[in-house]
Amino acid sequence: MLIFSLGVSVVFAVLMRDEPRDQLRLGARLFAGFVGVGLLMGWLLYPLPL
Amino acid sequence: MPATAAGRAQAPVSPLLICLAAWIVPGAGHLWLGRRQKGLVFLLVPTLMFAFGLWLEGRLFPFEPSQPLVALAALADLGIGLPYLLARALGAGAGRVVALTYEYGNTFVIVAGLLNVLVVLDAFDTATGRK
Repeated sequence: MLIFSLGVSVVFAVLMRDEPRDQLRLGARLFAGFVGVGLLMGWLLYPLPL
Repeated sequence: MPATAAGRAQAPVSPLLICLAAWIVPGAGHLWLGRRQKGLVFLLVPTLMFAFGLWLEGRLFPFEPSQPLVALAALADLGIGLPYLLARALGAGAGRVVALTYEYGNTFVIVAGLLNVLVVLDAFDTATGRK
């Protein structure tokens, strides 16, 4: 999940921003968002039976 | 902001040609347009994600019109361009359904292709002066 989030965040950030500083900021926010939502969804779905 | 020196220098090149290059080699469109930093990132990241997906025993889906979801996955796989064609030629991407990492591999391969489609669209926007 971390590798996937990192790859997608980097590509999105570079696509959506032109300045390296903005790219870094957006990439960090996207990465944190992906990982955070991934963990949250994992916990929310945990009680559900397969 | 189309008024960059790189944008002006590359104006005679057809945007469709740029898109074709960007599809075949991820990042090539941006490199052609003089966007070196973006081009290198787009060359490395989707290609590595694609290779990682194959390493995780993901599958390159076949074009099966009778199975719409499989056909869509095949289209997404194809989005990465040359790496897909090379993997096909080398017999990679058979996928092993019983592998623990099979679905993770599929996700990496599919998303790498879709990311490159976004990169191609961005190259088109850049080539036509929309960005």
